[in-house]
Amino acid sequence: MKPSALQPNRRVISFRSPTAAPLDGGAAPSDDPLIRSPAGLFWLLLHAICCLLSLALGYRFARFLVFLFLFSPSFPLSSPGLLLLHRRPDLPLSLPQPPPPNATASRVVVGRHGIRVRAWPHPDPAEVISAHRILGRVQREQRLQYGVRNPHPLLVVTPTYSRTFQALHLTGLLHSLQLIPYPLTWLVVEAAGRGAASNETANLLARSRLPVLHLPFPGRMPLRWSDRHRFESRMRLHALRVIKERRLDGIVVFADDSNIHSMELFDEIQKVKWVGAASVGILAHSGKLETAAQRQLSKEVEEENSPVPIQGPACNSSDQLAGWHTFNSLPYVNKSATFVGDGGTVLPRNLEWAGFVLNSKLLWKEAEQKPDWVRDLDEVVRNGEEIESPLDLLKDASFVEPLGSCGKKVLLWWLRVDARYDSKFPPGKWENSADLVWRETRARGRDVVYRS
Amino acid sequence: MGKGSWLLPLLLVSSLLGTISVQELEQRHRTERISGSAGDVLEDDPVGRLKVFVYELPSKYNKKILQKDSRCLTHMFAAEIFMHRFLLSSPVRTLNPEEADWFYTPVYTTCDLTPNGLPLPFKSPRMMRSAIQLIASNWPYWNRSEGADHFFVVPHDFGACFHYQEEKAIERGILPLLQRATLVQTFGQRNHVCLKESSIIIPPYAPPQKMQAHLIPPDTPRSIFVYFRGLFYDVGNDPEGGYYARGARASVWENFKDNPLFDISTEHPITYYEDMQRAVFCLCPLGWAPWSPRLVEGVIFGCIPVIIADDIVLPFADAIPWEDIGVFVAEKDVPKLDTILTSIPPEVVLRKQRLLANPSMKQAMLFPQPAQPGDAFHQILNGLARKLPHPRNAYLKPGEKILNWTAGPVGDLKPW
Repeated sequence: MKPSALQPNRRVISFRSPTAAPLDGGAAPSDDPLIRSPAGLFWLLLHAICCLLSLALGYRFARFLVFLFLFSPSFPLSSPGLLLLHRRPDLPLSLPQPPPPNATASRVVVGRHGIRVRAWPHPDPAEVISAHRILGRVQREQRLQYGVRNPHPLLVVTPTYSRTFQALHLTGLLHSLQLIPYPLTWLVVEAAGRGAASNETANLLARSRLPVLHLPFPGRMPLRWSDRHRFESRMRLHALRVIKERRLDGIVVFADDSNIHSMELFDEIQKVKWVGAASVGILAHSGKLETAAQRQLSKEVEEENSPVPIQGPACNSSDQLAGWHTFNSLPYVNKSATFVGDGGTVLPRNLEWAGFVLNSKLLWKEAEQKPDWVRDLDEVVRNGEEIESPLDLLKDASFVEPLGSCGKKVLLWWLRVDARYDSKFPPGKWENSADLVWRETRARGRDVVYRS
Repeated sequence: MGKGSWLLPLLLVSSLLGTISVQELEQRHRTERISGSAGDVLEDDPVGRLKVFVYELPSKYNKKILQKDSRCLTHMFAAEIFMHRFLLSSPVRTLNPEEADWFYTPVYTTCDLTPNGLPLPFKSPRMMRSAIQLIASNWPYWNRSEGADHFFVVPHDFGACFHYQEEKAIERGILPLLQRATLVQTFGQRNHVCLKESSIIIPPYAPPQKMQAHLIPPDTPRSIFVYFRGLFYDVGNDPEGGYYARGARASVWENFKDNPLFDISTEHPITYYEDMQRAVFCLCPLGWAPWSPRLVEGVIFGCIPVIIADDIVLPFADAIPWEDIGVFVAEKDVPKLDTILTSIPPEVVLRKQRLLANPSMKQAMLFPQPAQPGDAFHQILNGLARKLPHPRNAYLKPGEKILNWTAGPVGDLKPW
């Protein structure tokens, strides 16, 4: 389709030869000494000028001469190149000599054309919005045609408490939930933080335009990470109890406020029948600034394990659940964090709650076709058992359905980032940055400790 | 009660019919019927409507050329070879030339490849001439009509003008001996020397298995607005720009290179086919010739083709309503391309996608082996069948001669 460089100088060849003619013809020296006659002088000067011009401009000048001297109607399609400047903004295409009268009028002309560039070749915001509207409509149609026919509503369980980074984490989660195309109910279980009681969480949730169930939880969030994991489990169980009492229908997702969820997760969990498990990527990191030696050590540690540790279902070759990938905490033994915000690496449990999804009918007292391999929630709570992950709620873990092409796809990321427990932070809105800067400059007078 | 006794069964029957028709409506909502100016002809079966006689040429015109270079089977001009193979085993083939409506000459004129894989057209006129001389001397059917009931497949850049450079191709014009024959070609541009009134435009060859192998699930959301991969400046042949693609591709680059809605680049990724399935619009600008395999790829992958080539004639234009399916942008409107595309109402976009989703549309663009009903081979035969019966001036009176056997450049007259 495109001619390769078979004849690399085809245009130069075709135009050089005619050029020689007028110059030669024009500059033919007569027998008389040139310098004497004014005509000869004139031609000599013209010759010199032509030589200099062609030295400077090359074949463009030659083409100009062809256009000027050798114009004939048998070349209706010779290029009008010199009349157009390259990349002149808004320059209209100036047509060459009109086509011969007997030919059918073709608007398309062979030859060199200008490259049209408009005056402001940058995107226009209104058009970008229309484009996104078109994309949104196309994707909605795709979802209608190929997506889930009867989507189940979602019940998102989030344990949280008021702290420095709460607004950061919760806003991120809020935005993710706002993007979900399915009906959802957000159960936010709030425990008391270190500071005085405030309604920060309530303010954040009020702006979310999502249906929220704000459940207060008695007790203060502990400082030690090991206690904190247990406390969060109890908060989640409280939410599950509420689901059971009110007989809320849907698929229960455990979305911690600092985790990162991909939208594909929410499409994938629609396929769950009773209990599903997805692969969770663990972003375990240290809060300290590392020296060069420590960085080298951590790199070695990384090379031993996979680059990012993943928790989730493990399948055998026939795509059935065969076991579990859990978190290997050995490399982090010396560096693990004890208190919130102490700079050590925060380690997850062996299997995090976030990787599991439940059908809420499992929790109801009575539901049709409820399987018998699930334990009664009230019994578990009454016994005061230590629930580490939803697997403890099941009698038989082999009925768990692996999600995300049998765990090969990582659908969410577990992360714990928190400032020091005694960090003071300005209460109120974070989005008004001018407000924030003002507050910060006022606060610098006091004792403020921030950790990034 | 007399009146009420038939009401209940009527209600039952109508509700049953209602559920059935709702399901049908759902099916129909995914695709839409294609009908061009020739009618709903994409699903027509040409068998029984025409008979084609295939001339037996010596293998130096076809098999030996293919043996010399087997790349001819995979490049975008491979339609001529596959058409021959299809006709040899097709039910429309007849071994009795007296009852044939159309005559096919299997000569592979686009199989003389450079080391890079591009076909050289310099020997093609002589080869075609030699083939025609052979059939004219060995069978009486050429002289009977001087080729008016013969068809040839010429898939090269500018069809039967047999040159890759447009100016030279226009100078040469269509080979004089093919003046009365029907040409099956990929090149189509209105009011151009190299397109005859009676030509049938076909899509370029694109490997069907390779494309089927790269299909992704249809629920993958289409998140790219405009997609294009290819050259904007052909630095090897046109370093200044403005000659290649009549400056249209360069204009696309200069205007939209920093526009986040336009995913355009010269890098050819491994996920090219997958990316096309995630895009809403695919640009199909002209290059050195106005046609391009991108149109076929866009149709197969459901990406709406944005055709930037003035006066282009698209494949099977009488059977496929390209105006309804693709977006046509004049070359002078390229700086306003983003305004044009974003101002298309979403319902129109959805309708175009429904038309593209029609399986008969996708089949009509492909050359599968073995041939399947509704594919490009059958559309070519449908086109040929629609030209029947031949007009009265097709057959010459005895002694009448129209063709000039010595017309054309002197170099063409040399034997091959």
